[in-house]
Amino acid sequence: MVRIIDRRFDSRNKSAVNRQRFMRRFKHQIREAVADAISGRSIKDLDNGESVSIPGKDLSEPRFRHGRGGIWETVFTGNDQFSTGDQVNRPQGGAGGGSGKGKASKDGEGEDDFVFNLSREEFLDVFFDDLALPNLVKTQLARIQEYKSQRSGFTNDGTPANINVVRSLRGALGRRLALASPYQGRLRDLQRQLDELLETRPDDDPEVVRLKDEIGILRAKIDAIPFIDTFDLRYNNRIKVPKPTTQAVMFCIMDVSGSMDEEKKSIAKRFFMLLYLFLTRTYEHIDIVFIRHHTVAKEVNEEDFFHSRESGGTVVSSALELMKEILHSRYANGAWNIYGAQASDGDNWDNDSPHCREMLAQTILPFVQYFAYIEITRGEQQNLWGEYEKLLGAHTNFAMQHIENLPDIYPVFRELFKKKLA
Amino acid sequence: MNTPGRPKRKKPLPSPGEWSFELIDAYHVEIDRVAREFKLDTYPIQVELITSEQMMDAYSSVGMPVNYHHWSFGKSFLQTEKGYRRGQMGLAYEIVINSNPCIAYLMEENTMTMQALVIAHAAYGHNSFFKGNYLFRQWTNADAIVDYLIFARNYLTQCEERHGEEEVELLLDSCHALMNVGVDRYKRPAKLSLTKELTRQRERAEYLQSQVNDLWRTLPTQLAKAPTVEHHRFPSEPQENLLYFIEKNAPLLEPWQREVVRIVRKVSQYFFPQRQTQVMNEGWATFWHYTLINTLYDEGLLSDTFMMEFLHSHTNVVYQPGYNQPWYQGLNPYALGFAMWQDIRRICEHPTDEDRHWFPDIAGSNWQETFDFAMRNFKDESFIAQFLSPKVMRDFRLFAILDDDKDPKLKISAIHDETGYRRVREILSDNYNLGSREPNLQVWNVDLRGDRSLTLRHQAYLRRPLAGDTEEVLKHVARLWGFAARLEVAHEDGSIECLHECRQDRRKHDKP
Repeated sequence: MVRIIDRRFDSRNKSAVNRQRFMRRFKHQIREAVADAISGRSIKDLDNGESVSIPGKDLSEPRFRHGRGGIWETVFTGNDQFSTGDQVNRPQGGAGGGSGKGKASKDGEGEDDFVFNLSREEFLDVFFDDLALPNLVKTQLARIQEYKSQRSGFTNDGTPANINVVRSLRGALGRRLALASPYQGRLRDLQRQLDELLETRPDDDPEVVRLKDEIGILRAKIDAIPFIDTFDLRYNNRIKVPKPTTQAVMFCIMDVSGSMDEEKKSIAKRFFMLLYLFLTRTYEHIDIVFIRHHTVAKEVNEEDFFHSRESGGTVVSSALELMKEILHSRYANGAWNIYGAQASDGDNWDNDSPHCREMLAQTILPFVQYFAYIEITRGEQQNLWGEYEKLLGAHTNFAMQHIENLPDIYPVFRELFKKKLA
Repeated sequence: MNTPGRPKRKKPLPSPGEWSFELIDAYHVEIDRVAREFKLDTYPIQVELITSEQMMDAYSSVGMPVNYHHWSFGKSFLQTEKGYRRGQMGLAYEIVINSNPCIAYLMEENTMTMQALVIAHAAYGHNSFFKGNYLFRQWTNADAIVDYLIFARNYLTQCEERHGEEEVELLLDSCHALMNVGVDRYKRPAKLSLTKELTRQRERAEYLQSQVNDLWRTLPTQLAKAPTVEHHRFPSEPQENLLYFIEKNAPLLEPWQREVVRIVRKVSQYFFPQRQTQVMNEGWATFWHYTLINTLYDEGLLSDTFMMEFLHSHTNVVYQPGYNQPWYQGLNPYALGFAMWQDIRRICEHPTDEDRHWFPDIAGSNWQETFDFAMRNFKDESFIAQFLSPKVMRDFRLFAILDDDKDPKLKISAIHDETGYRRVREILSDNYNLGSREPNLQVWNVDLRGDRSLTLRHQAYLRRPLAGDTEEVLKHVARLWGFAARLEVAHEDGSIECLHECRQDRRKHDKP
């Protein structure tokens, strides 16, 4: 006797727990891989998983077993040339020739890296972990799309709570009229005949009685048409539409003077990424403008923004000037939400800093939703910081943060999230 | 198999590409009927249809329907998944579980032909082997394994709740490292039973804890008064089962830790027979799917399209590349096993003079009785030593290479000729002998009066050394034992050398 069981719809992902355990155990390696991936990616490219490779030896499971050496006598198939007592050279590298000792080749050399794919969620998880984001914010950011429920006409079925009374009754009335109309016409005919007859004949004339009976039957038929039928019911229809979103432009301003090294740039990059991620959750379409500057500012593409090397002094106001120009020429029609993010090590030409503050306060802050400044330095803040600090109280759409390590990035966004999530 | 007086042709079963439950049932009825005619004795069969994803799940938990959680299973899942997604490897067409009833998984993606093949292969071939072979009868308990695994998983989940996932994971890591030396090779284990397991588990935990204190009686207070007591060895004889020894004797393990060691040991014990009967078991199953399906075809029940697809798969399964081909990966157990079983049948039915000389007992005997005897009473090593015929050796063109690291060259020690048959067979049999394939390690001594260190001894065989990660394993031994662990190697010339030593400064009260 056989039992055939269909298990295809049983719980899937029985291995999910084991997979998580694996991820937890190799968290360290995975973080490194994600960090590498981030530096190699475009800041817009956050919605994909990542393939992570872990050195094979890190996750080997050791066992007592034989190594290479000693005496092995092994049987092979497909003899095409050998006779007993032949001597042959040891094949090089083990693999070719097939004489690789079945066992010995399993350990030692040839351990490949272990490669596997992180899903988008897992990738973002690790990304967020580094930045020490609170959980609420993580879920907000990781959510794919927000929907809004909106009215959209009427349907024939739904829940009683959604019945539209006016529509339903209007329908019922129409149906009653339509169903009754053949009877009504006949009724009118009969009534007319009856009226004519009654002028010449008495009430109890058999013809009159017959007409009256027939009229009675028609009236009963008309009355039998139901006042309201399930068929008449109309319900308010609601559909889900993606939340209306608008467009935003994000200005990334970075100091690329000699003092900004790769590590600082990598921190800045995450800062820009996080802002971008936040904006993608809120706006449908986002333009990014990359402005890099040393003593002069220049609008560049992303590749050049993060990777080209420059050196020399620093004049921050040049970048703000350029931002202002672009802002007014391209994004000034009121259809854009404007965000600015500036990363620098704060080392500015002394006389320039007060000028920067003024420009920011007067020509930029009034037009932007939010402007964030991060200063990436170890130790003392620099002169630009001092000037910018004066802006803090007066402008609620301005935030600044001194950053030494990755977890310091998040506070910049705290105000921003608070406002949006409220 | 095509006899001229073929029985009246029946109407063939439909053979569409897609399977359906009705068809599986219809095919099974026929396969079952033929299998009974061949007197195959099986456990009741339970066929389960699963998706490829579920197949990967099953793969990664060593083929069992339930298992405890561990990262290494996650690792193998990721590996399988990667290979499968990229199309580098197909999944096995089936997994069959040695349980009663015998569970055979069929994958949703298989065609009807494949499903029929798998039913014949797994549900009749493997199933009858599990039920008949002495190793499986002695070492595993088909009635209880699934229950035991459920018990194991629940127990480990409880442990994780009480002691933290990390603690349990470390312990499992250490146990897994010793899995292949956690087996009684010669002593038959007791049968498993879920109810007994549950009721005894607590008793055992308490009892064990009181027993291990044996080691603690050697604390200085007692030592001081009788320093001249005769030095007695512990263990009194070397022990081959490291996990068993640790479970019973490691002084610092908590009761729950002992139970976990026991669980890993039991699971590893369960798979022990499979490792020793690969050629026989796979060959047996392949022989039977081939024979059953061909019989059905001869009866006219199967269409030609069915047979073409069947033969295509079958040929792939028993393909054996030669040593010098790039995809050579050693002997294919399916190919060798299938060839041997086919050959035994040939020897029984149409013996040649050579066969009469080599196999006087079975030449010309009833093949079904011979099969039954061979299937029940052998494992790979003895099966090859007993039944590998010169014809199969010639067909496979088998030859043996002697690789001595002291010689600059390899030597061909025997080939498939009159003078070499016995030698080749002997070597091949030894290649399948777990005893020589895996290093021989024993618990040699516990230093009761000194630092309580545990000494393992590796009995070197043919100068074969231990692999490079041995020291890692020793760390796991030390972690389980709680005190220092040492590994010695006993060379064949009688000299003893200490390979590694792993110190462990853990005390019961200052655990992390």
